[in-house]
Amino acid sequence: MDGVSFHVDRGETVGIVGESGSGKSVTAMSILRLVAEPGRIASGRILFGDEGKQKDVVQMTDDEIREFRGNDVAMIFQDPMTSMNPVLKVGFQIKEAMAAHERFTPKQARDRVVPMLKRVRIPAPEDRAKNYPHQFSGGMRQRAMIAMGLSNEPHLLIADEPTTALDVTVQAQIIELLRDLNRDLGTAVILITHNLAVVASLCTRVIVMYAGRIVEEGPTRQIFKSPQHPYTWSLLRSIPRLDEYQHEKLLTISGLPPDLTNPPPGCKFHPRCRFRVDRCLEEEPPLGEVDPGQKARCWVLMRNALAAQPQQAGQP
Amino acid sequence: MTTEQRVVSDVDTSKQIALVRIEEVVKHFPIGAGLLGGQVVKAVDGVSFEVRGGETLGLVGESGCGKSTLGRVIAQLHPATSGHIYFKDIDLVTLKGEKLRRMRQQLQMIFQDPYASLNPRMTVGDIIGEPLTNFHIARGKAREKRVNEVMRICGLNPGFISRYPHEFSGGQRQRIGIARALILNPTFIVADEPISALDVSIQAQIVNLLEDLQDEFKLTYLFIAHDLSVVRHLSDRVAVMYLGKIVEVADSKQIYDNPLHPYTKALLSSIPIPDPDLEAEREPILLKGEIPSPVNPPTGCRFHTRCPIAQFPICSEQEPPLEDKGSGHQAACHFPGQL
Ligand SMILES: Nc1ncnc2c1ncn2[C@@H]1O[C@H](COP(=O)(O)OP(=O)(O)OP(=O)(O)O)[C@@H](O)[C@H]1O
Ligand code: SF4
Ligand code: SF4
Ligand SMILES: [Mg+2]
Repeated sequence: MDGVSFHVDRGETVGIVGESGSGKSVTAMSILRLVAEPGRIASGRILFGDEGKQKDVVQMTDDEIREFRGNDVAMIFQDPMTSMNPVLKVGFQIKEAMAAHERFTPKQARDRVVPMLKRVRIPAPEDRAKNYPHQFSGGMRQRAMIAMGLSNEPHLLIADEPTTALDVTVQAQIIELLRDLNRDLGTAVILITHNLAVVASLCTRVIVMYAGRIVEEGPTRQIFKSPQHPYTWSLLRSIPRLDEYQHEKLLTISGLPPDLTNPPPGCKFHPRCRFRVDRCLEEEPPLGEVDPGQKARCWVLMRNALAAQPQQAGQP
Repeated sequence: MTTEQRVVSDVDTSKQIALVRIEEVVKHFPIGAGLLGGQVVKAVDGVSFEVRGGETLGLVGESGCGKSTLGRVIAQLHPATSGHIYFKDIDLVTLKGEKLRRMRQQLQMIFQDPYASLNPRMTVGDIIGEPLTNFHIARGKAREKRVNEVMRICGLNPGFISRYPHEFSGGQRQRIGIARALILNPTFIVADEPISALDVSIQAQIVNLLEDLQDEFKLTYLFIAHDLSVVRHLSDRVAVMYLGKIVEVADSKQIYDNPLHPYTKALLSSIPIPDPDLEAEREPILLKGEIPSPVNPPTGCRFHTRCPIAQFPICSEQEPPLEDKGSGHQAACHFPGQL
């Protein structure tokens, strides 16, 4: 990951979109300082809190970071089994998550378990609290994870591909749940996903990552209507949509996602970019403002590319 | 492969005539000893439909509903517990020996996981060419020539014929799987979630390849997926599966514009669309709970435990048959189109 910087406002829902290897999960992990060895946060700051009394996550002591992880920020993963203990009852694990952070008294923590399970719509929560994780279905485990993450009323919930392993009907339940929690509790959400449709559904702002960099960023509506980076533009045209008729050819993005150990020179997307110019092969473009609130990392930008080659607009 | 060995396609690809017809196909897996002894997973539990020559039939449904099992049974990779599978009006279930082998050449399968489905110790050339050896069709130079040919057709560089699967990316591995399925000149291909393991930017390459191959070689596809957007893009007709049963079959347009079964309707409403404006209006029908176990499926209509419009006792007692509700649109529901 190189020089990634972005912000999330209080109560905001931000989507981070990218393919495998784009650095989107590493970004989230570094917010929690969970980056595995040998990766490390080489430089930069991760600021959290209101203007004026911000804490820098990178500078925090181990105690502070532990506090921060449970209290201010919670994270849920694609596979909830990796973050639940298989030999402990689900209710007990939720209670322990609260006990670890001392925001609630032990009695309060105990009393909050069932309402938390109810809040994430687990049926018969009193009985289910006594189950072990393997007795839950995939969707229920994901909801229990969310309950655990929310039990300390964090300001920010980071969800890393929370619905990827789930069926569409269950995915719909989880998206609705995240939406409600954001609306009712004001919890800010960072949603990390490869699924653009889920972002369109849930997020007000979107960050597109490619080869460990932010390549485009802005309000969701604006990015989907008028993407300025060729990668975003191509991605949106390469996915079939439920509301479109069959047998229109999909646009393909040629080549492969980049090898991060050996990235190309210049713009990291240039080997796959159909709009590249000479400069792209040598010089990496900066992430610059292209419209109010919208930034893109490209020398050309789609509005110029399409003006120069209008036939590309509809053509795969 | 020489011309006389090439299967002369006698398939009517007008999308009107059944190429594959399955009748009351059942596939049960016995599970466990001891306490669970004698129990069976009713993975596919009495399914009938047809795939017409030249078409793509999409098969959709949630995880565990039996899609892969059904695909494998049709492709002759699993024996059916009971039922009939007609291919060009010949019941494969009753065929044996040489006759079955000849038929099997024409039925091929593409798998979901391009990592697990290729033997890591074989070269790409051997993986793709193996069916030619197994079916005693070509050896040596002739085999290599044909392997080269399908590699090119599938967008693989024939110069890589001696490499091993791990040297290829996911998308290229899926091309290897497709080349292997094509090498015997099949008429019918079961594609089991061929793109769901791939990166988003690679998926369109494979979807387009499958479409091009269909046009060029007059293939008929059974395309299995849980992603209904891809299915809509590719399919002429769609079959929806729930807990071992087909609940709806219709033209792609009919299914998407006018779903009759409540499950299909809920499934379609659950799918987000990559357009924030449309998303703001979409109202998903949220189903209660999750799919019940295929070991003890619910009585009557299997969907009654989650159905928003179930009426009792009829829905919990009487199993609705899959029947034509007009202009070939089949649904298995006592109250079709009422959600
Ligand atoms: N070899 C087997 N032995 C026992 N049970 C099996 C076997 N293969 C599949 N099953 C069971 O049969 C049911 C249907 O499985 P199948 O793999 O066909 O579902 P699917 O619709 O393809 O699901 P997915 O979308 O997850 O791939 C499941 O309950 C599964 O656990
Ligand atoms: S900088 Fe050049 S290569 Fe990179 S995305 Fe823009 S046009 Fe394409
Ligand atoms: S038969 Fe009854 S329970 Fe089944 S789908 Fe129709 S209305 Fe729902
Ligand atoms: Mg399957």
